[in-house]
Amino acid sequence: MDSKQNKSLYEPAIHFQHVSFEVGDTKILDSITGSFPTNQITVLVGPSGAGKTTLLKMCNGLLSPTSGDITVQGRAIHEMSPIDLRRKAGMVLQNSPMLAGSVYDNLALPLRLQGKTLSKEKALDILDQVGLEGEYLERDSQNLSGGQQQKVSIARTLMNESKILLMDEITSALDPSSLNEVEDLIRTLHEKHEITVIWITHNLEQAKRMGQYAWIMVDGKLVDAGEISVLDHSDIPSVDRFLKGDFS
Amino acid sequence: MSTTALFLTLIFVLIPLALSKSLGLNLEKDTIIATIRSTVQLVAVGFVLKFVFDSESYTFIFLMVVLMIGAAVQNARKKGEGIKGITWKLIVTFVLLEVLTQSILLGFKIVPATAQYIISLTGMVIGNSMVLAILFLNRFVSEVEAHRSESELILSLGGTPKQAIHKQLIRSIQASMIPTIESQKTIGLVQLPGMMSGQIIAGADPLEAVQFQILVIFLLLTTAALTSVCLGLLSYPTLFNERMQMIQRQQQHSK
Repeated sequence: MDSKQNKSLYEPAIHFQHVSFEVGDTKILDSITGSFPTNQITVLVGPSGAGKTTLLKMCNGLLSPTSGDITVQGRAIHEMSPIDLRRKAGMVLQNSPMLAGSVYDNLALPLRLQGKTLSKEKALDILDQVGLEGEYLERDSQNLSGGQQQKVSIARTLMNESKILLMDEITSALDPSSLNEVEDLIRTLHEKHEITVIWITHNLEQAKRMGQYAWIMVDGKLVDAGEISVLDHSDIPSVDRFLKGDFS
Repeated sequence: MSTTALFLTLIFVLIPLALSKSLGLNLEKDTIIATIRSTVQLVAVGFVLKFVFDSESYTFIFLMVVLMIGAAVQNARKKGEGIKGITWKLIVTFVLLEVLTQSILLGFKIVPATAQYIISLTGMVIGNSMVLAILFLNRFVSEVEAHRSESELILSLGGTPKQAIHKQLIRSIQASMIPTIESQKTIGLVQLPGMMSGQIIAGADPLEAVQFQILVIFLLLTTAALTSVCLGLLSYPTLFNERMQMIQRQQQHSK
């Protein structure tokens, strides 16, 4: 076991302890206990309505559990300021909106929220990191392709220098070529900057390609978690059918 | 105006009734109810005002102002049902507006401190403020819903609730103020304001009527600005909880 794996075992990036979330009488998350290892790509899979997005939003502090505890890098999130938490654990959604204005305006947003200005050099550097050429900086963000918008969304989130990247179905609307580009980008960012990635995906092939660690969620419960091989087979028949591609 | 002339004004009610009936607009019942209500309310308020003006009592003036504010709150609060504590927010807005405008008007002796002026100007200020509050709340609630994903994006990047809602707030304030500003641009050219027309018909010197109308339109600019800004600043924090999360999202949450 290498040092990276050791670190992940003893210092989970995010840990859930009996976390539940209810809206009225509906239980969306049911006593989730588990960890996302540090510096690894964890893929989060499960049928629609499993509670994956709710869980992800809790990691970013956009939602709070109705019961249970969540710790991020060893600190209970209810003791952290929501702003610190959100900068630490950045989120990219499937349809992360592009704010009206140029690519630069969108990249500058996280710093503007802190009363700071984004230098052109830094903006060009982050564009380069996500594989976009400098000429995109002044482009109208609304006129970018889906893949380019997702790259800008990722770059925008990275402006906060987040060490945890939470991603919700970010490639589901992309063509195969853009999908490959975004996967390569995440792989590079993860390796270069040692970013912990938590990635919700419906694409099981992508999950196996990208993930080092996996969580399987069904009906608000965590039914299995572990090394990526957990996606090969499950002893629970309904989960096994899901893993074999039967989404009914 | 003679009693006969007053009765003849009912022709202006018969015309829409006839049009509604012949075109199948189905507005006859509402038109009749509106006619009866407005007549009864205006006659009643005429007697009340006569009593208050004659009494010259500040207690009655105060009670009239409270009544006007109460009715305005009652009307406007329905439009802001999604906003927690909207009733007291409207009360604070209307009271603040009334205190500020009357302090300036009476403090600088722009108008005499009599029931005639205080009640009439209060009616105009609170009446307009109520309409603006309804316009603002309508727009604000729809802006928040339409741009919820943008607000959540800003929150998720570490923005504060005020930053998350800033654009929606500004757009709603602009939208509620624009009709007042636009109508003032054409005042005197396209339209003669009701108060000025009423004074002229009652025999006042047109130049004197214009002076009062200028006072009123300036007053309404303050009304427009203060109502939407005050209501906006009081309303937006209630859309978030202490963890800087958007509250309604949680209530309507889906997996």
